[in-house]
Amino acid sequence: MQDKDYLHPSSEMKDNRSLFDNNTAQSLSSEDIDAMKREGATGDEIVEALIANSSTFEKKTTLSQEKYKVKKQKKYAPKVLLRRPCSRSICEAYFKKYPTRIGSLRFDALCLLLSMANVGAYSDVLVLDMVGGLLTGAVAERLGGTGYVCSTHFGTSRNPIDIVRMFNFSSEVNSRIVQATFTDLCIIRENDCSSFHQDVLKTEGDIKNTKILAESIVPKSSMHVLDESIQETNVSSDRSCISHEIFNAETIGQSSPQTDSNPPIEDDEGMSVSSTTEKSKSPGRQASSELVNSWKERGFSSLIVAAPEIEVGSLVQKLLPLLSYSAPFAIYNHCLQPLAACMHRLQASKMAISLQISEPWLREYQVLPSRTHPHMQMSAFGGYILSGIRICSDACNGSQEN
Amino acid sequence: MFSSDPSKRNSFQRCICDGDLVIVYERHDNMKAIKVKMGSDFQNRYGVFKHSDWIGKPFGSKVFSNKGGFVHLLFPTPELWTLVLSHRTQILYLADISFVISYLEIVPGCVVLESGTGSGSLTTSLARAVAPSGHVYTFDFHEQRAALAREDFIMNGLESFITVSVRDIQGEGFPDEFCGVVDSVFLDLPQPWLALPSAARMLKQDGVLCSFSPCIEQVQRSCETLRNNFTDVRTFEVLLRMYEIREGRMEVGRNGGPMLLKPHKKRQHLSSEGECEDEERTTIMVKPCNEARGHTGYLTFARLACT
Repeated sequence: MQDKDYLHPSSEMKDNRSLFDNNTAQSLSSEDIDAMKREGATGDEIVEALIANSSTFEKKTTLSQEKYKVKKQKKYAPKVLLRRPCSRSICEAYFKKYPTRIGSLRFDALCLLLSMANVGAYSDVLVLDMVGGLLTGAVAERLGGTGYVCSTHFGTSRNPIDIVRMFNFSSEVNSRIVQATFTDLCIIRENDCSSFHQDVLKTEGDIKNTKILAESIVPKSSMHVLDESIQETNVSSDRSCISHEIFNAETIGQSSPQTDSNPPIEDDEGMSVSSTTEKSKSPGRQASSELVNSWKERGFSSLIVAAPEIEVGSLVQKLLPLLSYSAPFAIYNHCLQPLAACMHRLQASKMAISLQISEPWLREYQVLPSRTHPHMQMSAFGGYILSGIRICSDACNGSQEN
Repeated sequence: MFSSDPSKRNSFQRCICDGDLVIVYERHDNMKAIKVKMGSDFQNRYGVFKHSDWIGKPFGSKVFSNKGGFVHLLFPTPELWTLVLSHRTQILYLADISFVISYLEIVPGCVVLESGTGSGSLTTSLARAVAPSGHVYTFDFHEQRAALAREDFIMNGLESFITVSVRDIQGEGFPDEFCGVVDSVFLDLPQPWLALPSAARMLKQDGVLCSFSPCIEQVQRSCETLRNNFTDVRTFEVLLRMYEIREGRMEVGRNGGPMLLKPHKKRQHLSSEGECEDEERTTIMVKPCNEARGHTGYLTFARLACT
């Protein structure tokens, strides 16, 4: 591509005064293009032909010529780039394609939850994940095979966490993802003698159940859908830097050694749970009673609730006592009012301090010489987060207000 | 702040010991980091607090002064540290920090380069993300600033995750020993484009870089340079809007006039709901805070292109 005088676009005398949208500029018909395709023309050749047969292409400014090329390229010579999955690409892909499956949890909000809840190695993080497992996966990614993320649920049915499988975690990381009912986490430790054995029995049963559940949980068709959407996200993000980032086949070939050894997109067989391979150790087994007891003794080191559509106030009041003192927490919701009520109740009950409701705001920019501006489209809503720190409330008795 | 020892998991159930760093919390906008020392006192407008009273209490406890005033003692986290550290430079705040850590795909075991160190606000969060097996190498050309940051990291027990060096990254680039072994690079420099060629040499294949710049002209120039050896160049601005809540009551206007929302006098009715009169309904009112951080900086991310 030759150098262009971006900084002085006005020096170019062309403008759009003589361009009319009367649908006659292109002399190639769709039949002609189909014929080219049948003869095995490459996408690039089709784009060249379109340009050659456009009566207006030469009249366009350099910038809009470039735009035209990119648009045609996208249609006739789409290119994909394969990348390792990570919480960002998974979150962005879902947010773009299936926002409801992740409760429209925007990436910046997800990042905030992880930071506000102090997630790092050796943490024991309690999560209420009603965003399909995105949160659980993002926490596990930060734990790197240490500590635990415990996905809890009220009642008997587990919250689905199938998105965890998109992360391609090693079995080491998967083994740190466990599930437990809220009731199990709450059983008073003192009357353990009888309940302990029951727990063990129950756990064994659950492990068997989990396997069956895990196999049935992900409809195989949905895997392909996501694969496509991830590719599309990468493609489109690459497109955002219009001129230089059109990938040729070579780039794609060279960018994939890491994906080769650890393919992010598996076929149906690869995704199904077989008990023979190391990798398939499924995430989300039942928390062992030893683990549950250690949490009862020491408390979780933090709590994240991402239940965008349910009334979280009462749940939070139940979950907070499971945390150790001084443990931070973060609650994500789509509505402001329940969080405000929850915050007020926590203030009054003196269970937590440093309470704060915040709303994330994210804007992307197009940065090009003389053409820098915010993106024309942006997500206008990233939800609300209530954050705070659990405190030792017993000591409040008989205290004076400051 | 956090441990590299698996036997000491990040549970705060531990009690406060002599020599621990605690965050003394008065109000959400008034906190201090204090090193607990037997025989020392902490003094604020609520009175004198004896450190000896704190030792043996769990983190998260409320402690009292000689005058009956109280504060809470919190376990230090990178988020709290960002609120209490001494500002030797402009610092990065929560929204930018959390976005940077996630976008740079920093997970336990990563090797990260940072320049400049500044006041070390981001560095502590980087350290949490790479622990227990990774490392953060941070560089600042200001000798005293580097030394103070190093002291801070030691005080937080992070010295095994962070190495601070004095070096002018814009002028000299990163040291050659990091060539091709770095997972991510973070730049907060006045002329980041000068450091980009060096940063590109340091990154592993597919490694991600972030450059933080307050001004759009810096971004513009960086992006032009970035397109030489990087791909997926994207620029973001991320902010937080804060909300405040108040308990108020709805008052029926006289002669059937419009309802009025009146804030309660300072929290007096919080625990005594019985006092509420019938024609008044208490309600929680929530509104955005009047002032906010309107701009921090632009975050430009890019991935090393395959050669």
